[in-house]
Amino acid sequence: MNTLSKSDKMTFFIVAAISLLAPFILNPFPEGSAMAQFNAGYPDLMQRFAIFGILAIGFNILFGLTGYLSFGHAAFLGVGSYSAVWMFKLLSMNIIPGLILAVIIAGLFSLLIGFVSLRRSGIYFSILTLAFAQMSFSLAYSVLTPITNGETGLQLTLDDPRILDGANTTGNLPVTGLFGLEMRDTFSLDIGAWAFQFNIGYYVCAAFLLLSFYISIRIFRSPFGLMLRAIKTNQTRLNYTGLNSRPYTLAAFVISGMYAGLAGGLMASMDPLAGAERMQWTASGEIVLMTILGGTGTLLGPVLGAGFIKYFENIFSKINDTVLHTWFSFMPDGLENAIVWVLHFFVGKGWHLTLGLLFMMIVIFLPGGLMEGAERIIKRFRAKKGGDSDTTPDTATKPAE
Amino acid sequence: MDAILLQILNGLDKGSAYALIALGLTLIFGTLGVVNFAHGALFMLGSFCAVTLSKILVISKVTIDPEKVDFLGNPLKVKTPYVMEWFGESAGSTIIDWSVPLAILFAIPVMLLVGYIMERGLIKHFYKRPHADQILVTFGLAIVIQEIVKAAFGANPIPTPAPDVFRGSYDFGVLIGMEANAVIYPFWRLIYFGFSATIIAAVFAFLQFTTFGMVVRAGMADRETVGLLGINIDKRFTFMFGIAAAVAGLAGVMYTPINSPNYHMGMDFLVLSFVVVVVGGMGSLPGAVLAGFLLGILESFASMNEVKGFFEALYLPSIDQIIIYLVAIIVLLTRPRGLMGRAGVMED
Repeated sequence: MNTLSKSDKMTFFIVAAISLLAPFILNPFPEGSAMAQFNAGYPDLMQRFAIFGILAIGFNILFGLTGYLSFGHAAFLGVGSYSAVWMFKLLSMNIIPGLILAVIIAGLFSLLIGFVSLRRSGIYFSILTLAFAQMSFSLAYSVLTPITNGETGLQLTLDDPRILDGANTTGNLPVTGLFGLEMRDTFSLDIGAWAFQFNIGYYVCAAFLLLSFYISIRIFRSPFGLMLRAIKTNQTRLNYTGLNSRPYTLAAFVISGMYAGLAGGLMASMDPLAGAERMQWTASGEIVLMTILGGTGTLLGPVLGAGFIKYFENIFSKINDTVLHTWFSFMPDGLENAIVWVLHFFVGKGWHLTLGLLFMMIVIFLPGGLMEGAERIIKRFRAKKGGDSDTTPDTATKPAE
Repeated sequence: MDAILLQILNGLDKGSAYALIALGLTLIFGTLGVVNFAHGALFMLGSFCAVTLSKILVISKVTIDPEKVDFLGNPLKVKTPYVMEWFGESAGSTIIDWSVPLAILFAIPVMLLVGYIMERGLIKHFYKRPHADQILVTFGLAIVIQEIVKAAFGANPIPTPAPDVFRGSYDFGVLIGMEANAVIYPFWRLIYFGFSATIIAAVFAFLQFTTFGMVVRAGMADRETVGLLGINIDKRFTFMFGIAAAVAGLAGVMYTPINSPNYHMGMDFLVLSFVVVVVGGMGSLPGAVLAGFLLGILESFASMNEVKGFFEALYLPSIDQIIIYLVAIIVLLTRPRGLMGRAGVMED
């Protein structure tokens, strides 16, 4: 009763293995080679994979299960960041109090927003959450400047109290840590031409990612999860059977808000500052995109989507015209310049254009995301082998309503 | 008294923009049942129509004037805009000066076409899909349009002034019997208000008094029955989408002198327009217009120094940035359907 099914266990162990071995897996190309720019095995990026993975998992609990499309999740991320930084300022540079406060405050905040927004469903709900997120952005950006430090963003200073830490005599800003382990500490392992980096911050994030993933599996398989799916399938019918669905949706909303708070807290733990731009609507859109790209309503999808987006964001924004010219240098000059001119709009600073196009493509052609794509390929592969594909159960996720 | 009047006037121009965008949103929602997250991008495109036209008008022919020389004795290059060459110096400069109002003529066909392409090319395929998909695809489209504009025009705001005649302020107080200089108000904002009032009236008249409008209203009420009567309602709805796009575009064109266009202005306005639609009542055209003006005026009252001082005295932060959202929350908690929303619309 208290155990996971075999396939869930497999999924969990795969995710665990990938996240533990990420420094190897993400670093396939030797240092200094032409392909080294496609490596992703450095601490900052790996931390972002894990943090945004948590965020997408949380968002998926709301959107994937209940079908309520929230456009304001970045607000909870920002709230989490701010509360964590305040903890670092007031209490201690240990990340634990910061994370706890981040989760609690984000939970309370999402309870408040959820209570109002969940009075309506469908489009209304999306619009309301979007409006609340913009309101939180304005609050953080200007209205609540004493708490959020407005445009500059909340930062650590030397004369913060930090009650638990004792006096800071070094004259440098203290760094975040976990009982003496500093988040930025990185252990480098050189094997031949490869340099693998093991970062403490990343492993802390990965641990939280695994915890979040485990909780998400439990929610997916629980009676509570079933109830959420029922809401997505047909809320009216559920109401007619005499069930009040709002407590369930509110619970899902708060849980996913707490996930976002945790992600925000981790973000602040890795780099102790918090700015209002983290709460803007573009950030909320990115969260939605990650979940959809990976596959809404699937366990693995959101993590995949988050990794995919963050990886390509990083790679695409690094490519500039010079790099493009070296790639296409084998072509005749005129053609080379033409191709570079066209591609130039999609890379570097134009990454957002690619992101928008990708977003549209996914929604139009592959509403089930990468998971559905993979499933389709596997199906076709099996059919070619001669096995009857009709017996494979159709588990393709249906887009949310 | 004059302070209150001034704040009402101040709220009117922003309120007009909200009302126009919200009107278009409601039109699209009422006819096609789609929430268009790219509507703010259409507003922004309208603004950039004005920018484009003002740039086209000053395209110049470079001639070498042998009579003028610089200090080294080389002949100077003189730029004469083609418009000046064709229409003469004074007429040409007037045309350049009036580029923003002229852009209305330029924007109407452009925006109708953009709306048509958007509906036929993309949104048509999403009628049968869930609402979430419609939101997502238009949201993606908004990002794409925004980024294209950013790539073409740069990230900085582009100032595009109003014609010289309207650049000053008008002593509005004298008109209604107050002493001079009590209520002074920029000309262009008055024009903007008049312009949007005209557009809103035109849209309502079109829906109310033409056969086409009557059919569209019938289609909004019961699409299937209208279809059964042998009327191609889809075609008319596509046209209404074009109209909604043109309304948003025109709102953008005329807004350029008030606020220099930048690539993200669309989204800033869109979020507020959504709130306006929700407050007004989803699917209600008069509700959208009413709520647009109301919230615009409220916003300007909240930014009054007296109001700010009042909040400061209570040790509260000033609320001018978030008043609209606060009102939305209150309206939603007390009247979940909005001010003028009808039962049965978007009840899920």
